[in-house]
Amino acid sequence: MTEILQSQGLDPLVVDGVELGSRLIMGTGGAPSLDGLGAALVESGTELTTVAMRRYTPAESGSLFQLLVDHGIRVLPNTAGCYTARDAVLTAELAREALETDWVKLEVIADEHTLLPDAVELVDATEQLVARGFKVFAYTNDDPVLALRLEQLGAVAVMPLGAPIGTGLGILNPHNIEVIVSRASVPVVLDAGIGTASDAALAMELGCDAVLLATAVTRAQDPVRMAAAFRHAVEAGRLARTAGRIPKRRHALASSSMEGRAEFL
Amino acid sequence: MHQGTADVAVIGAGIVGLGIAWTLLDSGRSVTLIDPAPAQGATFAAAGMLAPVSEYHYQEEELLGLTLESVGLWPGFAAPFGASGAYLATPTLVVGFDAADRTALADLNAVQKAHGLDVEPLTLREARRMEPLLAPQLSCAFLTPGDHQVDPRRMHSALLAAFRERGGVVLEERAEALLWNDDGARVTGVRLASGSTVAAGEVVVANGLSSPELEGLPDGLKLPLRPVYGDILRLRVPERLQPFLTATVRGSVRGIPVYLVPREDGTVVIGATQREDGMAGASAGGVHQLLRDAQTLVPAVAELELQEVTARARPGTPDNAPLLGRVRGPDGQDLPGLIIATGFFRHGVLLTPVAARAVQELLDGTDQGRWAAFRPDRFGADRFSADRFGAGRRAPRLLNEHTVEAHA
Repeated sequence: MTEILQSQGLDPLVVDGVELGSRLIMGTGGAPSLDGLGAALVESGTELTTVAMRRYTPAESGSLFQLLVDHGIRVLPNTAGCYTARDAVLTAELAREALETDWVKLEVIADEHTLLPDAVELVDATEQLVARGFKVFAYTNDDPVLALRLEQLGAVAVMPLGAPIGTGLGILNPHNIEVIVSRASVPVVLDAGIGTASDAALAMELGCDAVLLATAVTRAQDPVRMAAAFRHAVEAGRLARTAGRIPKRRHALASSSMEGRAEFL
Repeated sequence: MHQGTADVAVIGAGIVGLGIAWTLLDSGRSVTLIDPAPAQGATFAAAGMLAPVSEYHYQEEELLGLTLESVGLWPGFAAPFGASGAYLATPTLVVGFDAADRTALADLNAVQKAHGLDVEPLTLREARRMEPLLAPQLSCAFLTPGDHQVDPRRMHSALLAAFRERGGVVLEERAEALLWNDDGARVTGVRLASGSTVAAGEVVVANGLSSPELEGLPDGLKLPLRPVYGDILRLRVPERLQPFLTATVRGSVRGIPVYLVPREDGTVVIGATQREDGMAGASAGGVHQLLRDAQTLVPAVAELELQEVTARARPGTPDNAPLLGRVRGPDGQDLPGLIIATGFFRHGVLLTPVAARAVQELLDGTDQGRWAAFRPDRFGADRFSADRFGAGRRAPRLLNEHTVEAHA
């Protein structure tokens, strides 16, 4: 895998010691059909996909989990819909038992109007889950202080939002995302708020290690086409980040130098 | 014990199985209908919207064709039952709540128009002239005159009474297994849980989510069904608020769908959630969401008497379209004696007449492959590998190497 990526100028994402060939992490919410979701996931090239444990039970809707297994996509259970640390810990334990993974995307939301993380509960839940041996992917506000705090508590990845869940508003505070990236020593995953491909490319250019999105694909008119767009966008953004962009200047700078130009006397 | 012989045995007496049984009886065949509890599954919960236009979803064109055909069949299908069948040609009003709902519904409207569907934008004043109890602060409204309704419980009881009256046999028992002839080449009947048998020239499997549990399904046939639970409410309108609504109102409230179906008997049905959480009973969160969003669209919902909270599972399929037709045997030919008719998901009531027509054509041999898109064995093992956009997984190519085909 690494060789193929390297031949394309790309490098794998490493989280908790696991190499992933794609830096696009997908969610499953909002998909109009299971087949449509499957086709979009495959097209996206994702190797890690998050599933809400409160919305899908591995027991009854085996087909969603089966679909991921069939395509070699790792499941990242999440605690969507949890409002308290206690709720989130119980949900994570359920996921660990059902899916035999200690990875969990921790989501503790404050209220249903904003779906923003509740910082206090989030910190509590991270501490408890880490103590219980979970590998916590912490969904957080775009707050550099909170992000660092979560990392210090043992999160294996921090996942700041670009904008509130489902809004498609893109990255509202690129400066904060850059600050989070500059201080983090665990992977930073831009999670939530992505509306279209350029948002994902921007996240990668800002230095995020990966992008997580769901509704931008699942609720698009043509989810497969949009999934392809995001696959390209994330790769383009990563390439641009690692290529070293030019500085922004206030004044023009000719791309061809003046030297060696013919002089007419 | 032998429980008789019929031309056709239909397993499952929900609205789909019963509709098929009735149509086949009407075609002169003898029919035995087998179900331990007729109309207690999804039929019991269903709102009965006959709404191919407002239920259309992007890229589900095969299903659209089927639903459109069926909505056209409904008046004729319901005609013999008159008022007792509770078919109503009430229109459907689609409304949005916030600005994003307006954008989403306008985008959908453009595609509906491109498909030649009958849906007209209304001003909010026009919509509120039609339905004065609509909230003033909506963001958009569309009228779909061809999206009608039926009361599934009343239609089912009218159908069942007529079926019995015309000599149809109803066995209120659980079907346990399909019976095959000695060389295993064709299905010849049904074994019931009591051990008795029904011999039949053809067996129609129409028992929804229970279908995969049937013993003796053809080797290798997987019926990819999953339970998609729905919560649905029934409310009574007090005298002073009647008429509450004259049209079915479907809304998108901050991106979440909700509908209100007014019945002739002064009740209103509010639905429906879609849950895959495995909880068979009604969800408190689901009921809250329905009442909250219905009240956002029609504030007077708060004045209604909440009479019933119901939850049932719908048989969902991977592509949201039904599993309808014959299945191939080991020799690649269709297995005689067996037709599958399940997986109708959210459209069981709407699709009942067309399912009955399809089964009748398959039995008569007049189908000419019309229903092939819905074959129960259409799901291959690796159906997502088409790679429409050129670049395969982990192997992106240069942009100029692949062509993105234009949308049909």
